[in-house]
Amino acid sequence: MNKFFPQGSAVVCLLGALLLPTLACAADDPAARMDALEAAAKSAQSAGDNAWMLTSAALVLLMTGPGLALFYGGLVRKKNILATMMQSFTMMAVITVLWAIVGYSLAFGAGSPFLGDLRYLFLNGVGAAPNADYAGTIPQQTFMVYQLMFAIITPALITGAFAERMKFSAMLLFMILWTLVVYFPMAHMVWGKGGFLNAFSGGAVPSFDFAGGTVVHITSGVSALVCALYIGKRVGYPESSTAPHSLVLSFIGACLLWVGWFGFNAGSALAASGLATSAFVATHFAAATAALGWMFAEWIENGKPSVLGGISGAVAGLVAITPASGFVKPMPALLIGFLAGLVCYFMVTVLKHKLGYDDTLDAFGVHGAGGTLGALLTGVFATNAVNDALKDASGKPAALGLVDGHTAQIVNQAIGVAIAWGLAIVGTFIILKIVDATIGLRVTKEQEIEGLDLVLHGEEGYTMES
Amino acid sequence: MKKIEAIIQPFKLEEVKTALIAAGVEGITVSEVRGHGRQKGHTEVYRGHEYRVDLLPKVKLEMVVADSSVSPVIEALRAAASTGKIGDEKIFVAPIEEVIRIRNGEIGEAAL
Repeated sequence: MNKFFPQGSAVVCLLGALLLPTLACAADDPAARMDALEAAAKSAQSAGDNAWMLTSAALVLLMTGPGLALFYGGLVRKKNILATMMQSFTMMAVITVLWAIVGYSLAFGAGSPFLGDLRYLFLNGVGAAPNADYAGTIPQQTFMVYQLMFAIITPALITGAFAERMKFSAMLLFMILWTLVVYFPMAHMVWGKGGFLNAFSGGAVPSFDFAGGTVVHITSGVSALVCALYIGKRVGYPESSTAPHSLVLSFIGACLLWVGWFGFNAGSALAASGLATSAFVATHFAAATAALGWMFAEWIENGKPSVLGGISGAVAGLVAITPASGFVKPMPALLIGFLAGLVCYFMVTVLKHKLGYDDTLDAFGVHGAGGTLGALLTGVFATNAVNDALKDASGKPAALGLVDGHTAQIVNQAIGVAIAWGLAIVGTFIILKIVDATIGLRVTKEQEIEGLDLVLHGEEGYTMES
Repeated sequence: MKKIEAIIQPFKLEEVKTALIAAGVEGITVSEVRGHGRQKGHTEVYRGHEYRVDLLPKVKLEMVVADSSVSPVIEALRAAASTGKIGDEKIFVAPIEEVIRIRNGEIGEAAL
């Protein structure tokens, strides 16, 4: 997340001039005329940026529902599809309320390097006026609601790890606590004003995370692993069949994720700028090569290129390019995606089975592994040819990653990764302990066999009789 | 009267139905079922996890015919359903004690 705002071009000024009737009366006074022109240019840029950012916010919400809900829903057995979709959907509701009350303030209030303060409690002072600390051309309310969509999808990603066996009430309490303890601090450290890892706001360890490789994918993926290990395997896993019940649904979900990701990454430019285009291109390219990487790896190993492999690869590529999307050129994006396809393929199909944990929908193998890979590779391929928002002492664009000759950035990235891993492991473990001790995490064995749709929600996803 | 129960390959259903109508069968009941005989299933792989699928989709046809029709119906069934390969499944024949038409209470062959 950074602040790259192209100044109003001559075309925008002219357009503004044509649209501003007051210019006629101010024609005699050059100073007043300049002021009017400036105001018109600003208003034109603000309109363009705001249109793109509201669109992006909607695209990011589309990733959770229906994107992730369908992707995950198709991968579970049919007795659990509603419960699985409900978990993602509930995040859309409950995290929104949490965000409105205190979340935005804890993430983006200035506060300390590790957590925001309460200045925006109940969205106090968050209105149409821009907040120049984050996005100087759009209403702060746009920035606030855009960031909310990230806070929604992050816990929703974790639900893949404990799908098919967790109580709904436990899931709800876990997610509220998790967002408070893990997400808000991490978002603040990376993107908040004065955040510990925020390279663009004087952070002590200047790390780059354009759209959430650490904040979203490492935190959710690593927490998912902790959940899978703590909660334990599903009844009958891996002996009896837990094969996906509808890859058709998963396919639609994955394609919606791909499209929504343009809002996630290109939107993180926080303006309808050239940087947004660059991030859009990098995002798309990485998804493409990652899909091919996974598909070919599977083709070579199993003799068949699978649909699930192709779509899983695309998601892995989108995850890995997320931190890098606003910093890298198109060719490195192709490479990052391809590597992500291979690494996540290995994590999910080989390492998981060797280690024996039951991360039901591979939230760790895709988001934890892909996010870590992407965050580290950002330190290699980030270049000021793409993003010149960071200036050195002389005011020139600073060298960003290894390709700019700034080797130390890899260390900064590694520290960011380590903090995200550490916070996720410790935070998730403590919260699981609390929820386990109070309301209990799992449904009973009998309930699990019957299926969560009926047991938890009193409904069935597919009723053939009606 | 005899009940003829045939398990066939799903893709043969249309051919078999046409052949049965041509052979004079008035009514059939069709269900989608799963099973296997000597033919074994296949393997599916999802993210490196292999699943053995032993029970394959088949179609089951049930019809009750007059004793005199049993032979021609079985002939028609075999001719239409056979591919000559393993997995063509089987025809079962069983005696039927009584048939009653629910609408008007007709019984026996008249109800067929």
